[in-house]
Amino acid sequence: MFRRRGDGLIASAMLAPAIAILSIFVVYPLGRAVWLGHLRCDATGRKCRTSGWMQYFDVLRSSDFQHALKVTFVYALLTVPAGLVIGVGLAVLADKQIRGIGFFRTIFSSTVATSVAVASLIWFVLLQPQVGLLPDMLSMFGVMKNPGLLNDAGTALPAIAITSIWANLGFTFIIVTAALQSIPAELFESAMMDGAGGWKRFTNVTIPMLSPTLLFVSVVLVTRAFQAYAEVDLLTKGGPNPERSTETVTYLIYGQTSLVKNDIGLKSTTAVLLFAILLVLSLVQFRSLERRVHYGN
Amino acid sequence: MATNTAVAKQQKSWRVYGRYTLLMFVTLIVVFPIYATVLSAFKSGPDSLDHPRSLLPTGLTLDTMRAAWNLGHMGRLLWNSLFVSVAVTIGVIITSVLAAYAFTFINFRGRRFVFGFCLATLLVPVEATVVINQRLIDSFGWKNSYQGLIVPLLATAFGIFLIRQVFMTVPKELIEAASLDGVGHFGLLREVAMPLARPTLGALGLFTFLGTWNQYLWPQAVVDDQEHRTIQIGLDALRSADINRFNLITAGTVIGALPIFVVLVAFQRQLVRGLTAGAIKG
Repeated sequence: MFRRRGDGLIASAMLAPAIAILSIFVVYPLGRAVWLGHLRCDATGRKCRTSGWMQYFDVLRSSDFQHALKVTFVYALLTVPAGLVIGVGLAVLADKQIRGIGFFRTIFSSTVATSVAVASLIWFVLLQPQVGLLPDMLSMFGVMKNPGLLNDAGTALPAIAITSIWANLGFTFIIVTAALQSIPAELFESAMMDGAGGWKRFTNVTIPMLSPTLLFVSVVLVTRAFQAYAEVDLLTKGGPNPERSTETVTYLIYGQTSLVKNDIGLKSTTAVLLFAILLVLSLVQFRSLERRVHYGN
Repeated sequence: MATNTAVAKQQKSWRVYGRYTLLMFVTLIVVFPIYATVLSAFKSGPDSLDHPRSLLPTGLTLDTMRAAWNLGHMGRLLWNSLFVSVAVTIGVIITSVLAAYAFTFINFRGRRFVFGFCLATLLVPVEATVVINQRLIDSFGWKNSYQGLIVPLLATAFGIFLIRQVFMTVPKELIEAASLDGVGHFGLLREVAMPLARPTLGALGLFTFLGTWNQYLWPQAVVDDQEHRTIQIGLDALRSADINRFNLITAGTVIGALPIFVVLVAFQRQLVRGLTAGAIKG
């Protein structure tokens, strides 16, 4: 460690850019939002009056926030378990040194290259009720006529969920594949010596060894569900209305039809509540990472 | 005995065939949306709607791609995304290296506290700060500007933390030796720390680039003019009301996805290594 005169000055100079950016655009906005969260403001945002700190609880209990929270939970339920099962299935399927496996692995990782916006637009076209390929094919097989999946209050959220599962598949596949490869081969061999069949090896060796990774991936996927915005904005704008069936918490704050759009006070309250939820998820995520590192050693 | 192994071999080969069949089947499902999108982008409007013939590679044309490029101002959108992402990537690398150096190699008062402060910002997601940052950018007069898109992203706790982890592996003896030889801070940074950090800088750069390129919420909050729109928020404009030009949007999507696809193919190994090291942000 260096210790010289003028070190303090050099350190300050080196830290200044990062600290300035983080203070102005991360810490200040958060603090400011927490403060504004107890105010109610008019559309200009200049005239505010206090509404009391209870506003946080009022918003938390409000039917609008509860609704968005419910939509987000359902969205997470639709995307996370299915995404995990499919991701693990693909990874296990491709976890064998056979000829051409690299090709399949590249394909299964490929959706990691699509941004949420690109994935959403791909599925928007496929699902489009009048001219989309999927409704057309489904009606050809006589399953249903013209299912406007995104326009139906009952199916809009599952339809977005399919988009999300597909888009996240590459990510899950890559992580689980790496975790599978780090499982010591001796474990499988000794299980085989004990006469364990394929399924038994999967449930008794693979799953327990994967569990820290699975926890990590689930938390990341749940976090993504709570951050879901672009897919909602591009596919449904929070609708169909009046049910607002796809209005996630993030969309409740930032959507074009947002109820709190013109009230910087209420908007801040809602954003801080979302922050609190994501904070808990991040902390769980860090813990799961720690455990992952532990198991890896 | 011999027949037994033959039977086992045959069983094994059947298993391999079964696996290939399954792999092919799943590949079809995963690739189908991409295949349908790319094909539709290279067809005329009416042809792209003629299902299921739309799935055959016939009647291919570049007209739709050309139209999407011109109508969607794709050149502009791609340039904006590229410019913003490259600027943010360079900025993040510089601020991270400088801060990480100070945190690792300089013993100054309050170091632990300042580092804790930086690390804590890791817990603040963009969704929590856009509300205020949008108005902040407004008050700076940076609405619809590159500054607005770039400056708030120029430092991340993630970057600082990642580079610091690498710097901490520099052996103490090496630092002491350099110090005795009269090597200054910038000498140490350039000669010892940076060469060591190069692979990690690559990963940080890749993730910062991808993260910036794929952003949606922040560009939408600061930009509403054509001139500064990025590709993610600009593609939407191609959703044509004219059903005969419906595939303009698929053409736009292909153009918008292509650069990232190229980047990922080129940096596949770094991506996988970064992802599996837990280097995931948001």
